[in-house]
Amino acid sequence: MSNPLADMEKPDVIFAIGTNMTECHPVAATRLKKAIANNAKLIVVDPRRIRLAEMADVYLPIRVGSDVALLLAMAHVIQREGLLNKAFMEERTTDAEAFLEHIKEFTPEWAAEITEVPAKDIEQAAIWYGEAERGSIFYTLGITEHICGVDNVQSLCNLALMTGHIGREGTGVNPMRGQNNIQGAGDCGAVPGNFPGFQACNDPASVEKFSKLYQTPIDAGKGITKVTALNECGKSIRAMIIDGENTVVSDPDRKHCEHALKSLDLLVVIDIFRTETADLADVVFPATSWGETDGVCTNTERRVQRLRAAVPAVGEAKPDWWIVSEIAKRMGVPGFEYDSAKEVFNELCSISPIYNGLDWDRIDKSEYQWPVPDKDHPGTPMLHEGEFKNGRGVFKVLGYRDPAEVIDDEFPIWLTTGRRLQAYHTRTQTGRSAGIDYLLPEELLEIHPDDAVALNLADGDTCKLSSRRGSLEIKVKTTDQSPRGTVFASFSFADVPINILTGSGYDPVTETAELKVCAVRVETLA
Amino acid sequence: MIALKETPQIATMNIDGISVEFTEGETVYEAAQRVQQSIPTLCYDPRLEAFGACRLCVVEVEGIRNPVASCTTKATAGMVVKTKTPAIEKHRKTLLEMVASENRQVDVDPLRGFASQELTSLVVDYDAKTGRFQGKQSGKTNTDDKNPFILRDYDNCISCYRCVRVCAEQEGDFAINVMNRGFETQIITEFGNDLRDSSCTFCGQCVQTCPTGALADMKALRAADKPGEIKKTRSICPYCGVGCSVDILSKGDSIVGVQPAMDGPANEGALCIKGQFAFDFVQHDDRLKKPLIRRDDGELHECEWEEALDFTAAGFKAVREEHDRHAIYGIASGRAPHEAAYTMQKFIRAGFGTNQIDNCSRA
Repeated sequence: MSNPLADMEKPDVIFAIGTNMTECHPVAATRLKKAIANNAKLIVVDPRRIRLAEMADVYLPIRVGSDVALLLAMAHVIQREGLLNKAFMEERTTDAEAFLEHIKEFTPEWAAEITEVPAKDIEQAAIWYGEAERGSIFYTLGITEHICGVDNVQSLCNLALMTGHIGREGTGVNPMRGQNNIQGAGDCGAVPGNFPGFQACNDPASVEKFSKLYQTPIDAGKGITKVTALNECGKSIRAMIIDGENTVVSDPDRKHCEHALKSLDLLVVIDIFRTETADLADVVFPATSWGETDGVCTNTERRVQRLRAAVPAVGEAKPDWWIVSEIAKRMGVPGFEYDSAKEVFNELCSISPIYNGLDWDRIDKSEYQWPVPDKDHPGTPMLHEGEFKNGRGVFKVLGYRDPAEVIDDEFPIWLTTGRRLQAYHTRTQTGRSAGIDYLLPEELLEIHPDDAVALNLADGDTCKLSSRRGSLEIKVKTTDQSPRGTVFASFSFADVPINILTGSGYDPVTETAELKVCAVRVETLA
Repeated sequence: MIALKETPQIATMNIDGISVEFTEGETVYEAAQRVQQSIPTLCYDPRLEAFGACRLCVVEVEGIRNPVASCTTKATAGMVVKTKTPAIEKHRKTLLEMVASENRQVDVDPLRGFASQELTSLVVDYDAKTGRFQGKQSGKTNTDDKNPFILRDYDNCISCYRCVRVCAEQEGDFAINVMNRGFETQIITEFGNDLRDSSCTFCGQCVQTCPTGALADMKALRAADKPGEIKKTRSICPYCGVGCSVDILSKGDSIVGVQPAMDGPANEGALCIKGQFAFDFVQHDDRLKKPLIRRDDGELHECEWEEALDFTAAGFKAVREEHDRHAIYGIASGRAPHEAAYTMQKFIRAGFGTNQIDNCSRA
């Protein structure tokens, strides 16, 4: 997030797009509710009539995967209505001219055709966001899990740059991170393009720095992403070590994923449970769990916080860092003589510019949001204040394109996937917590009542749900949360492995899967 | 457009002989808190709008004939306040005796919730005998609600409405409300349904703000008879990226519950159903307790650490030798701590000189 969580109570216009916040980030949503109680206007864009949509001043029920069209039209209206923040654009941005020329053709009427949202509602949303004193954008995977995920994010940034809704209290472009330490995994350099602290792998100075630190020459240039690596399994990729991820259930196109992992010479899994992914491994290491592990995590607002062990580990489980270090030591890799999590974290702080001002003891009270470049630095609750990291904010000229897969006669219904309040991801944790089943015992396909009637299905019936990649059986729940022509399910339940169906395409830049869109067929059981 | 608050004015008042600076808009209670003049309360939760129902926080203000509720009275410049005169303390004791006589259970298990000891502590502090006012009682325990999380033991309800207010003001859920008044007062859902059939999200905030334990954490109470002290360990919730601060409750080697940290910077005391109630996976029987290795029969079998580690190291070495150092790939977790991700990327970079490393953020 560009802005701190506390800022969520301060905007006068909230623009929430592709975020089911009341279910996926409920505590953050309580802050938005306070802003709303304080008369902030709420604009919600989502294909599904989620709880946030019920609370909205204007709700734009967008056709799945058409976000760029909507956002182009909003930019068009902001310009047409004279709502540009010219002073901000002059002082802080670049490439505005080409962008402003580009958006002239993308009228709300044009977008209405693609998005299925009435033009007047697109206009209203644009005018409110454009007129706002403090407009704040919130998004989650509904924006990123598309073949045009990067374009979606860039389109949101364009809106913020046009209006100057960035770098001030109560504004910003704010992605909500979905996992407790997914931000931290990136901070630590567990990505193919960056060393720890986002020092780029294609920057010669960084390559030299880490080659020296790690006492081995490291390739200059990016590694491949996980998505490519899975495609390469059994070919150029022969061994894999996976920590704490149930890849075969959480990732798109399950059959492909299982096949990939099975074709490896060596699969090593570190986890707390014997997951569906661990079942495919050659060796599985038992890791200590939350509640048993001392460590550090970073939240969605870049706050670096301590995790503390409350109880001893079960059985012979060991911390992940210890397991990895023991493997490394046995291979003769230098630099893994750690005695504690504290030593590991302090090493990270010493080599990461965004953590240089931190150490194990300084983060004891959760006071710091990175970057914290030195010990005298108070931390950075808000990014982009006064100046962007790279100088000026760059407008990007981009266009709408269809999802990787669109509906047709054979697969005439859109499927979009997501999460539910009471379950977390593949339920390895919530599925083993007493009582959750009382509220959420099984996965149900959410379908509009009219569609159900047309398909001869009623509540509780089991249907066959198929895409070009596979099919499964799932019970039906009629609800007008789903728009006509679009069905929804979560990927949480192993007995209804929705990701058998997904995986139609990937963003060309990030290789993030288009999990939010695929074309399916819904049928009664023969 | 809504204007942000302008910088407020600072003024001075006097509380129990202490000169206190306050900012415009602050209440007498808030000003007193800052100078450690403790004033008892029952209906007060700093996160909620002041309610002024319990009357325990009354104080004497010079120039005003009757005592005033400090939680709802705004501080004014030059105000002279006394928080603990004999008359005020006697008034508080009488009030507590009336409340306690209605509230039958005074020995409340702290596992019930974060604020569950508030009434008990005050009754003890004020030596407020519970038998002085015999008679009617309000609130009826709802044992019909079969939900496994929130015990609705309204026999202990004192009608402070904190549960109703936290549900409305903080959560915006409006799942519960107050029916009737006086001795007939009852906290209910719409149509008297079970919580599951209301707009309740089982965030547990009503439980954690209840000052008597009338609303209680049923999962934590499973450990009520377990011997040992309750230990609290500050940590961060293991679920989404909001990063809510929690206190893990443990007895001996067992995790028995979770309470929200009121001073957690991300959540300020709030939690959701997952952070509040989905903690017992940690000590579930399914946990892996020993390494597993695939034997000749094609199945995974438990083995010793040495064997698993040696096998793995040899396996990676063999792949590097037979193929290429780029043939080894690491996937770090978005769920494990920094130290896991850091060592994983270091293992790949230092071990093989490649950048063949990613995490689970692409799916």
